[in-house]
Amino acid sequence: MTPVDPHNVDPRNDDEFKVIEIQSTLTEAKKPESLILKEIEDSGYDEDSTFAIKLALEEAMTNAVRHGNCGDANKKVRVRYIVNPKQVTICVRDEGEGFRPEDIPDPTTPERLSLPCGRGIMLIKAYMNEVEYREDGREICMTKINPANT
Amino acid sequence: MTEKSPHLTIIEEDSVNMVRFSDRKILEELSIREIEDELFALVSSTPAIKLLLNFSNVEHLSSAALGMLINLKKEVEGKKGKLKLSNINPQIYEVFKITRLSKHFDIHEQSSDAINSFS
Repeated sequence: MTPVDPHNVDPRNDDEFKVIEIQSTLTEAKKPESLILKEIEDSGYDEDSTFAIKLALEEAMTNAVRHGNCGDANKKVRVRYIVNPKQVTICVRDEGEGFRPEDIPDPTTPERLSLPCGRGIMLIKAYMNEVEYREDGREICMTKINPANT
Repeated sequence: MTEKSPHLTIIEEDSVNMVRFSDRKILEELSIREIEDELFALVSSTPAIKLLLNFSNVEHLSSAALGMLINLKKEVEGKKGKLKLSNINPQIYEVFKITRLSKHFDIHEQSSDAINSFS
């Protein structure tokens, strides 16, 4: 993984981010996705990076709606993001009880390979350069560095 | 024989049921559930099915779609059938590799290779 310059984006500093808050449904989850992907398209990211960000964002939104907020449409999902030509940072926060990422079992072990779930977090980690959990696991912050501008 | 639904086109060729996806992105849970229902119905109505999923039109795939494919494989094999995948673009193949599912599924580059390998 390429280390992220901590002076560049600080996930704790809300002022640097654009913020969207949505009702916790998979239909509503499309709104931040389409806004963020439009900005990525305008910022000169290549096809592979766009694929990676789209996949990670889709998995993070699905996790927030389904697992974090347990499908409760009265809850909210808060999405903060920064898109610039150097990097994309997206934080997705739900209103659930949080979780410990280390408690999620490895889905690639022989005994878990044939189970149908548990691959979202693995894909996020594989496709993004930096992934950080905050707020006791209620928020995931993930960064993709633009390989064309490093 | 060709059958068409909102999500799938099913072509029967050399006793193989080849399925093409209409959706370029197999991401959303609702459409994944509909696809799963259609494929399971096909499997239960075709004894010892030779099922080929052709991904030539598909550009995106989520972990939920991978879960659906795993369930489908179990269903097909439980009914003495065979499941193969083909025409997976390099970006999506990478998703299968990362999750080590590239070894779990019988994946072929071209649908013609997959069809021949059933016999």
